[in-house]
Amino acid sequence: MSNTLSRRRFIQAGGTITGGLLISFFIPAGAKKLGDLPAGNTMFAPNAFLNILTDNNVKIVLSHVEMGQGIWTTLPMLIAEELDCDWNKVTVEHAPPGQPFVHTVYGIQITGGSSSTWSEFDRYRNAGATARAMLIEAGAKKMNVDTANCRTEKGFVIAGDKRISYGELTEAAGKLPPPANVTLKDKKDWQYLGKPTKRLDAKAKVNGQAAFGLDVYFPGMLTAVVAHAPVFGGTVRSFDATAAKTVKGVREVIKIPTGIAVIADHFWAAKKARDVLKIEWNNGPGENFSTAGLFESYKKLAAAKGIPAGNAGNVDTALPATKKQLNATYQFPYLAHAPMEPLNCTVKLDANSCEIWTGTQLPMHDQAVAAKILGFKPDQVKINIQFLGGGFGRRATPTSDFVAEAVEIARASKKFIKLVWSREDDIRGGYYRPAFLHQVNIGIGENGLPAAWKHTLVGQSIFKGTPFEGWMKDGIDNTAVEGVNDSPYLQSVPNYNIDLHLPTAPVSVLWWRSVGHTHTAFVMETLIDELAHEAGQDPVAYRRALLKSKRHLDVLNLVAEKSGWNDPLPAGRFRGIAVHESFASFVAQVAEISIEQGHLKVHRVVCAIDCGLAINPEGVRAQMESGIIFGLTAVLYGDITLEKGRVKQRNFHDYKMLRMNETPLMEIHIADSTEKMGGAGEPGVPPLAPAIANAIFAATGKRVRRLPLERSMLNA
Amino acid sequence: MIKLTVNGQPYTVDVEPTMPLLWVIRDVLHLTGTKYGCGMAQCGACTVHLNGDAVRSCVTPVKRAENQTIITIEGLSTDVTHPLQQAWIAEDVPQCGYCQSGQLMAAAVLLKEKPNPTDQDIDDAMSGNICRCGTYQRVRKAIHHAASLQKQGGTQ
Amino acid sequence: MKIGWYKHTRPGNITICATAITILLTAAAMLSFRNGDDKYKSWNELKALTARYSLVSENAFMQVYKVLMSPRCMNCHPSGDVPLNGDDNHLHPQGVKRGEDGKGLYALKCTNCHQTQNTPGLNMPPGTTEEWHLPPANMKMVFQGKTAHELATQLKDTNQNGGKSPHDMLEHVKTDLVKWGWKPGDGRTTPPLSYAVFTKQWNLWINSGAVAPAAREKLAK
Repeated sequence: MSNTLSRRRFIQAGGTITGGLLISFFIPAGAKKLGDLPAGNTMFAPNAFLNILTDNNVKIVLSHVEMGQGIWTTLPMLIAEELDCDWNKVTVEHAPPGQPFVHTVYGIQITGGSSSTWSEFDRYRNAGATARAMLIEAGAKKMNVDTANCRTEKGFVIAGDKRISYGELTEAAGKLPPPANVTLKDKKDWQYLGKPTKRLDAKAKVNGQAAFGLDVYFPGMLTAVVAHAPVFGGTVRSFDATAAKTVKGVREVIKIPTGIAVIADHFWAAKKARDVLKIEWNNGPGENFSTAGLFESYKKLAAAKGIPAGNAGNVDTALPATKKQLNATYQFPYLAHAPMEPLNCTVKLDANSCEIWTGTQLPMHDQAVAAKILGFKPDQVKINIQFLGGGFGRRATPTSDFVAEAVEIARASKKFIKLVWSREDDIRGGYYRPAFLHQVNIGIGENGLPAAWKHTLVGQSIFKGTPFEGWMKDGIDNTAVEGVNDSPYLQSVPNYNIDLHLPTAPVSVLWWRSVGHTHTAFVMETLIDELAHEAGQDPVAYRRALLKSKRHLDVLNLVAEKSGWNDPLPAGRFRGIAVHESFASFVAQVAEISIEQGHLKVHRVVCAIDCGLAINPEGVRAQMESGIIFGLTAVLYGDITLEKGRVKQRNFHDYKMLRMNETPLMEIHIADSTEKMGGAGEPGVPPLAPAIANAIFAATGKRVRRLPLERSMLNA
Repeated sequence: MIKLTVNGQPYTVDVEPTMPLLWVIRDVLHLTGTKYGCGMAQCGACTVHLNGDAVRSCVTPVKRAENQTIITIEGLSTDVTHPLQQAWIAEDVPQCGYCQSGQLMAAAVLLKEKPNPTDQDIDDAMSGNICRCGTYQRVRKAIHHAASLQKQGGTQ
Repeated sequence: MKIGWYKHTRPGNITICATAITILLTAAAMLSFRNGDDKYKSWNELKALTARYSLVSENAFMQVYKVLMSPRCMNCHPSGDVPLNGDDNHLHPQGVKRGEDGKGLYALKCTNCHQTQNTPGLNMPPGTTEEWHLPPANMKMVFQGKTAHELATQLKDTNQNGGKSPHDMLEHVKTDLVKWGWKPGDGRTTPPLSYAVFTKQWNLWINSGAVAPAAREKLAK
């Protein structure tokens, strides 16, 4: 836990520093110490993103956090490509909160929006190229040759038959001023980029050594659990900890703003004590809230005028003029992220400093929130970012909820604590994909194509009333309408109108892997499928007639070809298709299903993606597979319901996850594309649900209007 | 006082006999490779070997493990040479990685009892382990891969 | 003969009649049979009793049947190879399967989660001192979907009941695994009869000739 010098300071200073520094934290039981520097090792840190050590190891500092999406491998590829270092000598660590690591587009330090690769494509390549230029200059000087005669390869500067390792050049290179401009490699010379590359974190994740937030342990540290209000917005009226305090291992029971915290020697003692706490709650107005009532109110709201979120032509005159109309109302539930690693945060608080260990997608924001609670300046709060056992958006909250709660406990108890949320806390603890209602009225033209499209969306805003409110424009939270207001189909509809309602509710909502696209893609893609059937056309052909966007068409055609769209299926098998753009990538999927005794079986999902250049195609494939499973889980099971203000679901027995025996065969095809780069973490999710629903229509003739799937849909 | 043998190491712990083995392993022995995911045997993240079986340590009272042989992910191999570990790396299985200790411990029992598992065997063995990142297809491939490594004379 | 009598009687009356007769005959039946008797060595030996106590036996089994078909009993006697869960008899999640020995498969063996006692809390794995398991694959002893007649016949068939004699069956209901049904852990319902009433009816069924109800049951439906 020694920390002789703040890494942030050193990173900003650049240059060389001798001795063991950096953050070294204790990982118990034979685990490696991560991040410490062998004594006597010198470091060349040309910028915030990499350090080269005298032993030729290259440490790459990640501005984005690893939560499964593979950025631990992709960002190092960008540096390694330009640095020409030995891939086997690359080590990786998360950056601390700090200005150098702010997102190049979003302006805050955040991992999200499927943006890590494209947003760092230039910055990380430049970081590598800059270092390489300095190493060449230092190497040329040392070898007494002209830089023009030097080349680099696998961690060496080479001139003729002379060669010198990067490690030997760290000190000399550190004294050079960084070059103002560097030239990046031509694509044809790439040795890493665009090539399938194995994950750098795989080894640590197969032997138990990978350190997640929950794995942080220091001698003397205690575990805290919190009894949260059963109703959103509820507060503690009174509590009796007499019984709780008799549980062996319990150290303290205290009131904090979010409930009653039990601090104990270990989780089990804390949880047992929490179970016997007697708490009287002030439930507040949230007590009468139910999701059934919510949807009733949303239906009423949909009839009223909302915030204009896009229009063309005149839908009010065009719609009644059509002879044939299609009206549909869709309903989508709240969804919990349920990352496998329950939320947690470790806090060590001293008089003038606070040190935090956690897995977070919003390090600087968490730092600021912690500092505010403590009356500190942000740089008095140090955050050590651990591996995230899944994020999906849950570890990026406007309130920094789990970090703030841990800081409150440490402050109130003056103890070194690790806050652990149980799975029940996670499922019931708020921040859900907002529930949504869509009402759509479509007027169909003589040619079978939509002539008028009236679309009303009702659902809570993720941004409104949070520090992210500045990201709203003209009263519109784009995360509520994305996928509708930028729909490529609407561009072909002469008259359309999009109306948005952003009601408030006591339930806290958040981005959930692929955010608004989770519901908008479903509505658009099932409606287009329905219109195709109304027009008596093949769903692929119909889409081709409507779509003007080349990239949509490319993936549509690719998936149709690879799935054998026009080939007959075995008896009892049915297929559905969907195509959707999200996070600047274009994904089309074909799902093959059967329905057996009222059970949906998904046999095969064929997926095509155009994400522009795929830096690590293996990573892109993995993310598509991941998105398909995530999407399918939501279709079959995803449902958070509330009655009397209380969340009904509790754990994986009633908030179910897809399992191995339900996993379809997945075939991923990456389009050979030179288009603008997009994301990979989220875009695989949105098309899955509509592809399934369209296949269900093919099998049953029934249109799925609400998720998750109801059993009644499957009785043919 | 309860005597345990974990990964060949003897331990004596002063805990209640009903305390789940998971929390003894994690919070008392500080072997943190074994994960907490649900606490009710739903997700399999806490899977360890108890006398060779893939028990869910979150619902296993420590008393049951007294004087028995416990192997955790840290003891699957000392140097990441278990065929499953090699196959997991080769097939790029982990994403967030949190569930993978449990996946591997479950798969190890499958491979031991069925050296050449079919896809159906894999379904039957592995459906107790939830992966929120959805790495199932790669887990399946890696188990087949490990089976062939094992046949070629890998360890175990 | 009896079949005809039932046919001409309305169901409401049957219950009343049957109950009265049961009560009258129960005492006699219980007195006259002891477990040590040779006649409990095989189901064939019991046949002799059938003529005298058929009605008693059928009635007793109809009570027993209610228990056997309740979720706590039936869930581990499924028609397929997946155990059932809950009062709605849904398939056990996690893809759990019977396996050859009834003890699960590979990484999903019953005792990987089911302990030697109920794990406290709602929806936690139940357990008992006896190793948690299903009937083995070669002796599935299916309850799910069986009529009372089919189930009773199956229970008596040594090819299907694990070679159990009447005596073995009388002993079987004393096992912890059977008794577990009445202490099934937090949040689970218990069978419709108490354990004492169930065992009494069970014993009576066997003691009075282990008759498989046939027509009776059709009427009950």
